[in-house]
Amino acid sequence: MATIHVDGQRYTVNGAHNLLQACLSLGLDIPYFCWHPAMGSVGACRQCAVKQYKDKDDDKGMVVMSCMTPAADQTRIDIDDEEAKAFRASVVEWLMINHPHDCPVCEEGGHCHLQDMTVMTGHDRRRYRFRKRTRRNQYLGPFIAHEMNRCITCYRCVRFYNDYAGGTDLGAFGARDNVYFGRYEEGILESPFAGNLTEVCPTGVFTDQSHSERYTRKWDLQFAPGICHQCSMGCNISPGERYGELRRIENRYHGEVNGYFLCDRGRFGYGYVNRADRPRLPECRESSDSEPVTLEVDTALARISDALRHSRRVIGIGSPRASLESNHQLQALVGMEHFSTGIETREQACLDLMNHLQRHAGLPTPTLRDIEDHDAVLVLGEDPVQSAGRLGLSLRQAALARREALGETIGVPAWNAEALKTLAQDRYHPLFIAWPTATDLDDVAAARYALAPDDIARLGFAVAHRIDPAAPPAEGLSEGMADAAEAIAAALMEAERPLVVSGGSLGSEPVLEAAGNVARALSRRAKRGGMALIRREANSTGLSLMGGQPLDWALEELTNGHADALVVLENDLYQRLPRNTVDAALAQAEICVVLDHQRTATAKRAKFLLSAASFAEADGTLVNLEGRAQRFFQVYDPGYMRPESRIHESWRWLHAMAVNLQGERAGDITLDTVIAACVEAHPELGGMEEAAPASHYRIDGLQLAREPHRYSGRTSMRANQNVSEPRVPQDPDSAFAYSMEGYSGYHQPRQQVPFAWAPGWNSPQAWNKFTDEVGGHLRGGDPGVRLICPVPGQGHYSRPPQRAGDSPGLRALILPRLFGGEETSSLAMPIQKRTQTPSVTLSTDDAEHLSVRGGDTVTILGETLSVVQQDGWPNGWIGLPAGLFAGLLPGEPVTLDNSAGGAP
Amino acid sequence: MSKSISSQRTSVRYRSRLLQPEADRHPDTHPLTWRLRDDGEVIWLDEYLRKDGYQSVRAALDNGNPQAIIATMKDANVRGRGGAGFSAGLKWSLTLQGGNMPRGYLICNADEMEPGTFKDRLLMEQQPHLLIEGMILGALANNSFYGYIFLRGEYVEAARVLNRALDEAREAGWLGADINGSGFDFDIAVHTGAGRYICGEETALINSLEGKRANPRAKPPFPGQSGAWGKPSVVNNVETLCNVPAVILKGADWYQALSGDRTDDGGSKLYGVSGPVEKPGLWELPMGTTGAEILERAGGMRANRSLKAWLPGGASTGFLLPEHLDLPLDFDTVGKEGSRLGTGLLTVVPQEQSMVALMRNLEEFFARESCGWCTPCRDGLPWTVKLLRALELGQGETGDIELLDKLAADCGPGLTFCAHAPGAAMPLQTALKHFRQEFEQGVGKPRGKAHPDPIPVGEV
Amino acid sequence: MMATTPQTHQIIGTDGFELHPADETAMLEEMAHYEQPQAACIEALKVVQRRHGWVPDGAIGAIAKVLGIGPASVEGVATFYSLIFRQPVGRHVVLVCDSSSCFLSGFDELKQALASHLGIDYGQTTEDGRFTLLPVCCLGACDGAPALMIDNDTYGPVSPDDLPGLLEGYP
Ligand SMILES: Cc1cc2nc3c(=O)[nH]c(=O)nc-3n(C[C@H](O)[C@H](O)[C@H](O)COP(=O)(O)O)c2cc1C
Ligand code: SF4
Ligand code: FES
Repeated sequence: MATIHVDGQRYTVNGAHNLLQACLSLGLDIPYFCWHPAMGSVGACRQCAVKQYKDKDDDKGMVVMSCMTPAADQTRIDIDDEEAKAFRASVVEWLMINHPHDCPVCEEGGHCHLQDMTVMTGHDRRRYRFRKRTRRNQYLGPFIAHEMNRCITCYRCVRFYNDYAGGTDLGAFGARDNVYFGRYEEGILESPFAGNLTEVCPTGVFTDQSHSERYTRKWDLQFAPGICHQCSMGCNISPGERYGELRRIENRYHGEVNGYFLCDRGRFGYGYVNRADRPRLPECRESSDSEPVTLEVDTALARISDALRHSRRVIGIGSPRASLESNHQLQALVGMEHFSTGIETREQACLDLMNHLQRHAGLPTPTLRDIEDHDAVLVLGEDPVQSAGRLGLSLRQAALARREALGETIGVPAWNAEALKTLAQDRYHPLFIAWPTATDLDDVAAARYALAPDDIARLGFAVAHRIDPAAPPAEGLSEGMADAAEAIAAALMEAERPLVVSGGSLGSEPVLEAAGNVARALSRRAKRGGMALIRREANSTGLSLMGGQPLDWALEELTNGHADALVVLENDLYQRLPRNTVDAALAQAEICVVLDHQRTATAKRAKFLLSAASFAEADGTLVNLEGRAQRFFQVYDPGYMRPESRIHESWRWLHAMAVNLQGERAGDITLDTVIAACVEAHPELGGMEEAAPASHYRIDGLQLAREPHRYSGRTSMRANQNVSEPRVPQDPDSAFAYSMEGYSGYHQPRQQVPFAWAPGWNSPQAWNKFTDEVGGHLRGGDPGVRLICPVPGQGHYSRPPQRAGDSPGLRALILPRLFGGEETSSLAMPIQKRTQTPSVTLSTDDAEHLSVRGGDTVTILGETLSVVQQDGWPNGWIGLPAGLFAGLLPGEPVTLDNSAGGAP
Repeated sequence: MSKSISSQRTSVRYRSRLLQPEADRHPDTHPLTWRLRDDGEVIWLDEYLRKDGYQSVRAALDNGNPQAIIATMKDANVRGRGGAGFSAGLKWSLTLQGGNMPRGYLICNADEMEPGTFKDRLLMEQQPHLLIEGMILGALANNSFYGYIFLRGEYVEAARVLNRALDEAREAGWLGADINGSGFDFDIAVHTGAGRYICGEETALINSLEGKRANPRAKPPFPGQSGAWGKPSVVNNVETLCNVPAVILKGADWYQALSGDRTDDGGSKLYGVSGPVEKPGLWELPMGTTGAEILERAGGMRANRSLKAWLPGGASTGFLLPEHLDLPLDFDTVGKEGSRLGTGLLTVVPQEQSMVALMRNLEEFFARESCGWCTPCRDGLPWTVKLLRALELGQGETGDIELLDKLAADCGPGLTFCAHAPGAAMPLQTALKHFRQEFEQGVGKPRGKAHPDPIPVGEV
Repeated sequence: MMATTPQTHQIIGTDGFELHPADETAMLEEMAHYEQPQAACIEALKVVQRRHGWVPDGAIGAIAKVLGIGPASVEGVATFYSLIFRQPVGRHVVLVCDSSSCFLSGFDELKQALASHLGIDYGQTTEDGRFTLLPVCCLGACDGAPALMIDNDTYGPVSPDDLPGLLEGYP
């Protein structure tokens, strides 16, 4: 803590900050560009100038850059100093010299940091009378549009892209007043975090192309606090809607989870919400070969209850991509003993094991912010950037954080970004990755071990044994693996805070058990470490906490005739088990009711299809991989712009079905009621009700506004349908209003912020106004509640499994893919464009045996792919891209037909 | 025919030279140049050794006390000859050493690109071993394990000479492992640049050495704390380093006495003159020699020309007037007159020269050589260029001069990321101060609108 | 099992550019002079330039591969320095010093004479591909102003009358 004097006032601030951060944290405005709370200071833009005085008696002072000056105790500065103000005005004037002043057609307009800062410094008159320079733009792929004329050369893009996210294809080119930021040649931006450029760039150089096609100003978008549904990380998002369509997703600041950044799957993968082919009305298909007909809601409900009433036994199949509320409501409908999670047996076992380990392995699960504070990392059997996007970015920060540690030794503060980079060069905190092929973190890794899943597990067991001899050893390690285990164990033991990362990507319980052993060994050696376990889907964790039978069981019950009716909640069974198995089961079902927002293969087999709400049209709760329950809220009422549509939250449909089934008149329920019922039915979910305030929550007696103050056109939005202005939809489920009437300020601390806006701060930089200190936590507390807590006690070590004999043939090793590896985001156009042409990976030996070579094409399960022959890839395994072979399980035998292309 | 071409080519081939005859230069008074020959041939190792070469290294290695070198350098107060005048001894005393600190680098700044400066070229082209000897001493003092001579790419001749001299020194055991049996390891490589004035700024130089864009680095941390590849590094100018051997051999008092009572700064200095004088050239003279004396050595202004103004030490120093010619040219005195000694190589401006045109030329240089990192320099300097061009054509508008005042003030020390822009501001500010009416003559119009031309698509 | 030393894995386009084996060797040798491979970047660009006269697009990726660094940082360096040419130049490059001492000593006439003699302006190459004309920072030959450099040779003072003979030496 330090006492500083600003404009004659005394303040207490965090002495580890620079003056800019300290002042912004106090709520004082200083304009800035190149500084970023997550990326530190470089002193390039010179916009943050203030006057600093040596001491009380110094009345002359000196202009300094606040971002490059420590907030040391007894620092005296004036922000409101004439000389500093004049200099700041000059800086904006220079930045605007070549700026095209194209705000009316610029997609940044209205949430542009450059606009805000120009207004803040009072620059409103152009004195430069000469020619502006102009630039050519580049094609950068399907996500991001490029407009270099708007650039103000703050260097933030390259600092984020290269220094923070590890990219190598975007750079600063040229010199003097001709610095160009772009790719070294035209083409798709390679970094999976490129989307953050749209928020990192203070002006409109990098803009969201998915938004561009249906562009709407920020002030005309309607928002709600959202949770990304595209992986198990649970990043907080701010989805924006106009005319019944989702138009963009922006980062929603969360001090513990995603901070300022998202991955590109989360940001650009929302397109499935807007698909024209979405079911918008209940549908009924009389027989499997007839076309579906749409039904009125009452008819649909009546016919469904009629059918279900006549069935012998109804099985409910839940979904890890649906909310706790919807899954609960399905359980309530069919009864717990008839409920399946919809997750295949092996994955479910892995999920249960992960929940168990999180409680009993002795190490807590860190938040993403906390992950960045770990100083040695072992990743066992995961490719985190591909399987949990944003988590990978945090692991990179953990490795890079060695910079800060080194900086401390010679007194370089953590915010002095370039200085730390120079000091550390390529010295990173140790990061070890056991994964069969290249990962996006290899460039900062101490080593990567290309191993088969079983060997990854054995390596983990061996590491645990070396940390704590009481942990059972792995027998018969090769010399290389023994050395690796030794090196890893030594590094983890040397660290202050070692971290183990693993997860379900390989579908291997031994791998998870090995990770658990490492964690337990570390905890027994009194290490203050952490363990993070990656799940596959947005609510995998939540659903596994709820329990239920695995999907295989449900299908068997049907196939065996133990049940004849089926209700499937937002789940495409064909994604989870082989087609034959699913077909056989569905053939036995007299009645199949599917609730979904997409026309999945399963939906196409449904007798009744109920038009479910996607995350954008629903409220609900998800539990992320930390075990954090987080609530997402309805962004828009789908019936407002499309009065003819009948889209409802699955939990609402299921409730209506239950009521109908009992022959009662449908009284509606609310989110609060479902949550209460859910907690009552599942004490292990206790706390989820605290994930967000209930519907009666008010600030200053007001609801919370979904729309910014300047929202326009509401009264005419539907004028093409009806001249009378429709009533604003009422929201019985949440504290948010479908209008700009309501609280949208930042003075009152709050957790649930649909959009960040503060007077004078229209850009994402406005989050600075909502945090306790800039880059810290939301003043109202970071949202969400941890449902999984470590249980004290020693726990037991797991034993390494017997070595299975080498099985003949190839087994599937499914490689997670950020783009194309996840069901719903794969339905979004830009993601499809960004998805790489899939290939299969084989070891050199196996390829030789099969007489195929790299570049050949082969056919696997009906898909034709090209072969990548890779040194170091484990023999006996075939690498297949996730998302391509629906229903193929990890470790399953795969036969490969190379007659398709053959050797060239 | 071919004969005439080759004679033509050699007749205008440029050769660096000192305008003082051998007979005028002595070991006790001309530590930098007494060994140089009238014929301008390189002093290779044999001759260098014959002329007391490597004596001070030998002495320092025998003495075995690096701290003593620093102490002597501090006492001698050898002020940096790269232009900023910071005491080399003081700089060296701040280099992190010992404890867990890795051994670092000693970097010679041989990027000489300051307009009007041609001194380091002479030292490197004709007396490479003096620099090498100075670097070995610097390495001893700073516990450096490796040295780089960061040489501008255009100094082809210097690169050739230095590389051969380094080979000689290495072969003779003055470089490499266990120098002269002392147990001290040190070697030097020549790193040639690829253009850009900013590479001479010491931290930009380090970035360039690391193969990066030559953007300067923030200070602190200073190179002595975290320099090349994060290791403690010392950057010194060629001339600064060339002073070291004599200082170590003859002591601080001798060095201080070299300048007599002209100035508090000790030692001698390579002074020079360029521009329309009779004999542009270079001399080693006591520190604090006056401009008048130097100009006299240059034979005065060319016939029919008279002196209007002069830059004391390169394009980034402020203009002085004829009335300043009698001041001793040392760091503090020149500083007090609103200029800087800089590199101590005078550029003279004749009476008929338009100051507006000259300023336009200078600012074109600074704008073009901006690294593009910080806003005032990157976007402010091109604006000054455009204003000056307008003024030069008589197309200036009311308010332009005030704008120039403001632009120059806004590029002052501390406001920009490095000293490049302040270097551009100083001549502009002094020109506006001393010759304002010339600028005012360029204002022909009231304030107008922005440029009406259609905007061409620029090159990427 | 394989313990890999991390590397950049991106697919880097080299546009059909083939690095001469001797050039690759030269780059690898240069890398040995420094703590980090990136430091050899400028020299690597110069190596390519010595062979081709300029740095063709494909060389950027090729150099990045040899040094094991990102292509954008190679291009960032290549476009920063004024003596690295990212466009084709003539067989001989004429660098005219346009800094203050030369400016005060007849640079304007010299530059004009050059331009009219060669029929080109800055940044242009004569039609026969023989000369490219570029400005350069103070050549450190101010006592020989106005000065210029042709390839590796520095000349000064050069009067407009010297030019024809001088240029003839560079076929
Ligand atoms: C734009 C700029 C260019 C510079 N160019 C040179 C140069 O070419 N040679 C040099 O020795 N110092 C140059 N300097 C000064 C160096 O930054 C640094 O002060 C000097 O090398 C330190 O050596 P010294 O203390 O021995 O003078 C330059 C400084 C700036 C700001
Ligand atoms: S003043 Fe700024 S832009 Fe200019 S050279 Fe220095 S750092 Fe670069
Ligand atoms: S924010 Fe401080 S210089 Fe850019």
